[in-house]
Amino acid sequence: MKKLLLASAAGALLAGAASAEEIKLGVILGFTGPIESLTPSMADGAELAMKEVSDSGKLLGGATVTSVRADSTCIDAAAASAAAERLITAEGVKGIMGADCSGVTGAILNNVAVANGVVMVSPSATSPGLSHANNEDNGLFFRTAPSDARQGVVMTEVLMEEGIKEVAVTYTNNDYGKGLADSFQAAFEAAGGSVTINAAHEDGKADYSAEVGALAAAGGERLVVAGYVDQGGSGIVRAAIDSGAFDTFHFPDGMISDKLQENFGDEIEGSTGQHPGTDSPGAAKFGEIVGDAFDATSPFTPESYDAAALILLAMQAAGSSDPAAYKDKVMDVANAPGEQIFPGELAKALEIIAGGGDVDYVGATAVELIGAGESAGNYRQIVIDGGKIATAKYR
Amino acid sequence: MDFLNALVALSNFVIIPAIAYGSQLALGALGVTLIYGILRFSNFAHGDTMDFGAMIGVLVTWFLQSMGVSFGPLPTALLALPFAILGTMALVLITDRVVYRFYREQKAKPVILVIVSMGVMFIMNGLVRFIIGPNDQKFADGERFIISVREFKALTGLKEGLAIKTTQGITVVVAIIAVALLFWFLNRTRTGKSMRAYSDNEDLALLSGINPERVVMYTWLIVAALATTAGVLYGLDKSFKPFVYFQLLLPIFASAIVGGLGSPLGAIAGGFVIAFSEVTITYAWKKVLKYMLPESLEPSSLMQLLSTDYKFAVSFVILIVVLLFKPTGLFKGKSV
Repeated sequence: MKKLLLASAAGALLAGAASAEEIKLGVILGFTGPIESLTPSMADGAELAMKEVSDSGKLLGGATVTSVRADSTCIDAAAASAAAERLITAEGVKGIMGADCSGVTGAILNNVAVANGVVMVSPSATSPGLSHANNEDNGLFFRTAPSDARQGVVMTEVLMEEGIKEVAVTYTNNDYGKGLADSFQAAFEAAGGSVTINAAHEDGKADYSAEVGALAAAGGERLVVAGYVDQGGSGIVRAAIDSGAFDTFHFPDGMISDKLQENFGDEIEGSTGQHPGTDSPGAAKFGEIVGDAFDATSPFTPESYDAAALILLAMQAAGSSDPAAYKDKVMDVANAPGEQIFPGELAKALEIIAGGGDVDYVGATAVELIGAGESAGNYRQIVIDGGKIATAKYR
Repeated sequence: MDFLNALVALSNFVIIPAIAYGSQLALGALGVTLIYGILRFSNFAHGDTMDFGAMIGVLVTWFLQSMGVSFGPLPTALLALPFAILGTMALVLITDRVVYRFYREQKAKPVILVIVSMGVMFIMNGLVRFIIGPNDQKFADGERFIISVREFKALTGLKEGLAIKTTQGITVVVAIIAVALLFWFLNRTRTGKSMRAYSDNEDLALLSGINPERVVMYTWLIVAALATTAGVLYGLDKSFKPFVYFQLLLPIFASAIVGGLGSPLGAIAGGFVIAFSEVTITYAWKKVLKYMLPESLEPSSLMQLLSTDYKFAVSFVILIVVLLFKPTGLFKGKSV
């Protein structure tokens, strides 16, 4: 009896090694709902990475990877959880590339992924609420998009380097503006700066002189405008310049566009700002390998490619497609040390890992995972120079 | 010196913007009050009449700019104003012929006319958005400032700066001219007198041979002129955006009611009352008080009564208080 068991166990092992494994990965995105126009190319991006790995035949000794799509709906937590449940229990996926919107991502993570011990890598959930500082996620959740709170930290670094210690903040009165303003205030005050006023403005008004009056009374070396350039943000800046309340400003991502220099030109000379952006060659390489297959520049599409690639490289590093084993390897393959890996070089990466080497996955979005496994994000710091938006540096 | 600084800071952020805003509200409220006094209903479409007038103003301004016509240091929009007024007159006369006349002949109750005017409001608003789109449009040109902060500081050597925008100056001047013309018309001309007679007592006016349709027509023409002037000035001073005029409806009605519906003088007073309360109540007084008070009493907080988010709530509150305690308004208009 004992011998029989041993033999069958050995047989099973042999069979496992001989016939290549078929690994299924879930792609849970909102194929219907508010971001349905973005998700097809996001899914294509993720599946491109899977195909690249399958075609190379180097993953875990020739395993193939197939994608199983499911609809997160972006807004309906119950539907998204049910879809994830189906992927894990019925399809037996080994990891999930998704979900997309922050709300459903949190729901899937808490209701399904943690309970079943499946790794999730979200390409686009940016809510600070998903940062798991205390390991509530059992180390299963990662994201290749930075948390919204991250920009507040970056903004603080930029202003501190400029030697600015006292600012007034105005934000557009919605989740984006309030979240950004609050995370900035927390970061700025922690770094020793002071925020004289943190006041909301409504979009779509014609007149912001009252708002600017309050900001001017509070004072500050610079006015941080966490708004939209096509909306109230420009109105605030215009009123602030006209009344002489502030000469220089600091602009987060919602304010930086050609419209800004068109509206104000050299009137805001010396103002600073930052928005997501990278000078990494990864983005261009990603565009090359995608070709005309789908839109490689569509929002969160490069992040999706990176998310799928990270899961697969981590599997290779762990030598197993078991989420419990490879979840600890995600950070290793994403960060230095090791050889830098760009899009289209996944085969090379698999080879290096199989040979016992170390890789630093850069990918299409210059991935660098920090904290509990979320992207540090890449920001382009700008300065208004001669009435034009000029790149100061990338950080 | 500190006293001067306080005064300048106050003027820059409170007095000058409030005067300009008050003039715009007063012009709008005059239109509302005239309609209420003579046609006897609250015209909710007034905001969008301003909108339509301002839109024609913007379009004509663009046309003039493309022809290379300019008005020197003054904005080209002033040249476009007469054309815009003509266009709006045509619109309101057509509206009256197609919509309001029917209900007038039915002797419809005022509340029905109010609902009808809301329908007209939606159509006008749709029309404007259809023609010019929902976005911000820039049409101001010419000199931007009568005096800019930098010039003022260099001139006086004060720490605080004062800016007077050309558009603010023009707003006040044009508003004064328009109001003077209106009062002259109402008090001195035959038509004006017949309008007032019609407003005071409709039956008596009919008996003395006043043609009601003529009075109605003149009322609409004057209202169109006032609304267009207010709309263009507001757009010039702030920025032109179709939805903004709809939001202006509340402060405009508040002005008219506070002053006393049906009383032109009240509309003007009401406009300034609303404008000054909106701006002063939401202003952070820290800076001014810092100059005025001895150092020991210097405020550490912003000294702001209400956050600027509640700007529109101020006109609501004033409206409610006036309706509760003095329903006829400051200048004894008709009770609502």
